Amino acid sequence: MSRSDDRQAKAAHIRHLLSTESETIHENTGHMNSERYRAIEGFDYDALRDEARAIKEDAIARLPELIEQVKASVEENGGTVYVADDAADANRYVEDVMADRDAETLVKSKSMTTEELDLNDHLGEAGYDVFETDLGEFVIQVAEEAPSHIVGPGLHKSSEEIADLFNAHFDPDEDLATAQDLTRFARDYLGERIREADVGMTGANFVVAESGTIALVTNEGNARKCAVTPDTHVAVAGVEKILPTVADLQPFSQIIAKAATGQDVPQYFSLLTPPVDSPTLDFDEPDVPITEQSGGGAEGDGDGDSGGSDARDFHLVLVDNGRFAMREDDELRETLYCIRCGACANSCSNFQHVGGHAFGGETYTGGIATGWEAGVHGLDSAGEFNDLCTGCTRCVDACPVNIDIPWINTVVRDRLNRDEAPSEFDFLVEGLTPDEEPGGLDPQKRLFGNVDTLAKLGSATAPVSNWIARTRPARLLVERVAGVDPRRDLPAFRRDTLRKWAADRDTATPTDAGREVVLYPDLYTNYVQVERGKAAVRVLEALGCAVRVPDIPASGRAPLSQGMVSTARERAEAVSEALTPHLDAGRDVVVVEPSDAALFRREYERLLSDEEFDRIAGNSYEILEYVYGLLENGADADALAAGEGQSVSYHSHCQQRTMDLAVYTEAVLSDREFDVRTSDQECCGMAGSFGYKSQYYELSVSVGAELADQFADAERVVASGTSCMEQLDDLLGPTRHPVELLDPAAE
Amino acid sequence: MATSLTRFEDALVDHDCDVTRTSVAEFDGALADAVREPAVGVALDDQDLSLPAAVETDPTPAQLQAAASGVTPVAFAVADHGTVAIPSTATAVEPVSLYPDRHVAVVREEQLVPDTDAAFDELGPTLARERDSVIMATGPSATGDMGALVQGVHGPSEVHVVVVESEVTQS
Repeated sequence: MSRSDDRQAKAAHIRHLLSTESETIHENTGHMNSERYRAIEGFDYDALRDEARAIKEDAIARLPELIEQVKASVEENGGTVYVADDAADANRYVEDVMADRDAETLVKSKSMTTEELDLNDHLGEAGYDVFETDLGEFVIQVAEEAPSHIVGPGLHKSSEEIADLFNAHFDPDEDLATAQDLTRFARDYLGERIREADVGMTGANFVVAESGTIALVTNEGNARKCAVTPDTHVAVAGVEKILPTVADLQPFSQIIAKAATGQDVPQYFSLLTPPVDSPTLDFDEPDVPITEQSGGGAEGDGDGDSGGSDARDFHLVLVDNGRFAMREDDELRETLYCIRCGACANSCSNFQHVGGHAFGGETYTGGIATGWEAGVHGLDSAGEFNDLCTGCTRCVDACPVNIDIPWINTVVRDRLNRDEAPSEFDFLVEGLTPDEEPGGLDPQKRLFGNVDTLAKLGSATAPVSNWIARTRPARLLVERVAGVDPRRDLPAFRRDTLRKWAADRDTATPTDAGREVVLYPDLYTNYVQVERGKAAVRVLEALGCAVRVPDIPASGRAPLSQGMVSTARERAEAVSEALTPHLDAGRDVVVVEPSDAALFRREYERLLSDEEFDRIAGNSYEILEYVYGLLENGADADALAAGEGQSVSYHSHCQQRTMDLAVYTEAVLSDREFDVRTSDQECCGMAGSFGYKSQYYELSVSVGAELADQFADAERVVASGTSCMEQLDDLLGPTRHPVELLDPAAE
Repeated sequence: MATSLTRFEDALVDHDCDVTRTSVAEFDGALADAVREPAVGVALDDQDLSLPAAVETDPTPAQLQAAASGVTPVAFAVADHGTVAIPSTATAVEPVSLYPDRHVAVVREEQLVPDTDAAFDELGPTLARERDSVIMATGPSATGDMGALVQGVHGPSEVHVVVVESEVTQS
């Protein structure tokens, strides 16, 4: 398939999901997302996640030694540990256990790892009956679909859809309708399966090396029943689930349910050290007291040492399947810290609108899925959905173990770029684009990754370039070659750039200026959103700063967002070099575009030396953050325009919120007597190039429409990011940057 | 500041549990009010407290399956979250607390620990040294997988905690 056909197929798939699963997914993920915010309010989430992160780092570093310890502990307890190299190895082992125990049926509680192994299919083909007992997994099993979310595998289905499914599949005496009916039916049906089952299987959220304990985090009680009812218990877990000690469980016990569903604690935090002392339950001998049954443990060991009923058989299957290679991979290793709570999916605007059937690979879904899929199934599976991560970083705040999920997505995108086969259009773009990337790169990524070059060319030849770009032949060409959606207005490049305006002004640098400021002429402020740049300069001057707008190259945000890491690094180094004399002279760097402010303070850590990064990060400020600081330090607020009670609806930029910078804009605007209302949407859906891409245009608009709805009755809308402004311009009409409201020269 | 006991009671209510505060003297009546028959149970191993004859303490699978209530002791309880710690024992505390629709947990006030930190002080030796198993259970079983939140899935739909106040604080 050509790239253009690929894009059309992807657009059609997304369009289908937007009209089918989107509504239910949005309701469910949105609910879990707001519940997470509620659960962590007034709770020291950050301290706990630092603690959880440190435990995971240590455990993965010591993994080989911990595996040996788990083996020793479980064997001491009377169980067996098997370390499976890959899916086939794990499946073969479980099949052997089934055969050895003369088993016919197996009941399972929820386990994403067994989804990764395709264990159900394997056992089914071998003639065994396998029943999923988690209600979400049960729905998916009956529907013969794939999970759409790590925590809620069936959360794309409404009660009505599940009722239709069950009524058709099971033909109950009375039709099922409500969630209550469906739950009762599933409980009865699966209860019988559990009572009959020969083997019970669980996953494990954590495995404790020192004791051989497995921890299961559940709400329904099915994992308890699967583990305790049959005499054979098989637990399947990735090797990364091991923690050194029981004490290490504590922060996770506090954080996992909050991150996942916004519950303070789960209904059941099961700490099982199998084989457990509980008697097995043989419902084939209904009238023999359970403490006297063959599996009974009453006269077992009452001595309380490494106990467990003698009749119980326990197998822990630890799965490698690519994880040891991930552990050796400096960029993917972090993925192994993931506790699979789904917070990255819930906090993701794109995920909320399409769910895991688009935003997911063979097994895993959501932002972190890119790392898992690349590690366990390979780059191709990750490549199916990796572009749906826009790098908005909202998941970074949500992740309970501080994984830099956007960075993993960027790195995998970079690897995918390098794997691409050369394209028929390479000749068109290769000569024009001064990047560091290989020849096969997707022209769409190359176009957006080199938008700085386009902006320079476009500006030099504006307005003619804008007219040409808008002509039908030009739009058709960029649509066909680069997949730029024709429904989106292209940005108009300005010939009178911010730098030209600043250079032509004859304001002398005041000799008594309080601070010397470099206003960074970011790509968008310099060439497109020039008015917000002028406003920023005038606001800073009104507060006593001497402002210069020097020639500093593009930040590297554009190539980074396309996974062009080498190009981004080269740009970062050029920015660092150009800023050095200014930093040497003690000047502060002020940035209008929040995605660039975030780059200087966050992603440059990945692209520059520690010394260069610390210097830039430590001396750069987002514009309203800087204004706030000036006012706090005694600058005269009355020098700025005042709101006189005017209502303003504000959408802060996603990356700005992750860096906790949105509060400064709100504070300054309130201080200047604007009545500010802030949106609670995670991201506007535009996200740089994302909303221009033809395959994602409809998703972008779907996300943006939600924001537009929040602002439907707004008198005046302001937004910090260029992308947010473009999205809101398209949906609501002209949008300004907050600094323009404060401009003393404003009318 | 609220005592551990009142915090425990509040947390139980927050997590949709029923709670009765009672004394050794009034325990039998309080328990009878909490239990729905047919009932199964596990003997309390407490010299002052015992279960009535109506509660079958050595149940068969059929009785377990038919029971409306399961009465058990607990290993300890956590005040902050309204959590009861259910041990895996040869006397079948785990299945008796799990299969019937209503779990009646008997908790001595002395068994309360204030918070998760203290819970892990209990769990460390229990799991690591004794190699025992414990379910930290908070509220009835629940699911949102069928749409709206429903209580009572594979585990109990009702949890009733009978807390026996310590004699010392009463006097």
